[in-house]
Amino acid sequence: MTVVERREIALVDLLDRLLAGGVVITGDITLRIADVDLVRIDLNALISSVNEQVPSPWQGMLRPEVLPEAGSRALPEVS
Amino acid sequence: MSDMSDLRYVYAVCRPFEAPLQAELTGVAGSPPKLLHHGDLVAVVSAVPERDFAEEPLRAHLEDLDWLSDTARAHEKVIAALTTVTSPLPLRLATVFRDDSGVRTMIEAEHERLHTALERIAGRIEWGVKVYVDPEKTAPQGQSAAAEPTVKPATGRDYLRHKRAERQRQDTIWERAEHFARRLHEHLSRHARATRLHPPQNPALSRAPGRNVLNAAYLVDRSRSEEFVELVDRTKDEEPGLRVELTGPWAAYSFSSLDDYGQRPVEGADDRDDQGDRAAYDQGDPGAYEEQEDRR
Repeated sequence: MTVVERREIALVDLLDRLLAGGVVITGDITLRIADVDLVRIDLNALISSVNEQVPSPWQGMLRPEVLPEAGSRALPEVS
Repeated sequence: MSDMSDLRYVYAVCRPFEAPLQAELTGVAGSPPKLLHHGDLVAVVSAVPERDFAEEPLRAHLEDLDWLSDTARAHEKVIAALTTVTSPLPLRLATVFRDDSGVRTMIEAEHERLHTALERIAGRIEWGVKVYVDPEKTAPQGQSAAAEPTVKPATGRDYLRHKRAERQRQDTIWERAEHFARRLHEHLSRHARATRLHPPQNPALSRAPGRNVLNAAYLVDRSRSEEFVELVDRTKDEEPGLRVELTGPWAAYSFSSLDDYGQRPVEGADDRDDQGDRAAYDQGDPGAYEEQEDRR
């Protein structure tokens, strides 16, 4: 096994944090959940055009209590 | 450069800090971020044009992956610069206000919660650790997952036997990967203040080879950061066919929730020095953690 430290930040890692992390504060203009859902849908469309078998990386991202069904298999148990 | 009609994009809220920001630093629309002091907090904001960041155009832009990517990178650039001088509390992408007074009103309204969240992440940073499994590479030497049987199965029974053996081999690979990921996560959690599990990443989007089986974030004291990186590094060569990827240091994006939502403190975290600090951390809503634990 190898440990890789990447120089350039991958967009997926960034979006994991910027769309699923960060403080949600209601601004005068804010990405509402519906808007972020749109981003998700849009990315899903993009992804499904690449490979229909692969689940979205952000499914459930707005509801962290919901496990992504297809991708959850190898999630480690939280001790 | 900034127009009176420009909107205010807020990157982060911080405690006041002394060090100046890099002079050439630019934000999401190319204009330099500035500090807006209000009471005992500082918002980091920049002017953005209404034509791109008002509600309608913003929504339209979000469907443009290039725009989203550029904006996310610019946002992160400002947060990364802040991380070198303080422990910023990052805001969700595209939090926009009409003007400075809108930002001040927000700080007033959210004052308590902002303070609590800042307290929790003070002096700490986030590391990302991902584990990938590549079934092709976990096969015993001279055997590949994709390899066709050298002898064509003579009977239906042979065929089924072969199928069963292949399925068992795959199951073993996943079991080993799960076991490794769980063990690694438990190990790293003991050296972190809090952890958060993100959903596994889609290989089509990450373009990373193999399947992502662990996508975790760890909130780590800056003073223990080097140690944490070494811990991750030591997992090298432990398990063939598994790859560990480290990202960071990040600002505490995954631990910025004002409601302790989707994150949990680590029980029994290695805690040599600051008990008082830890106690403050544990005052979060215990219900939220239980919810997190129920996720599996």
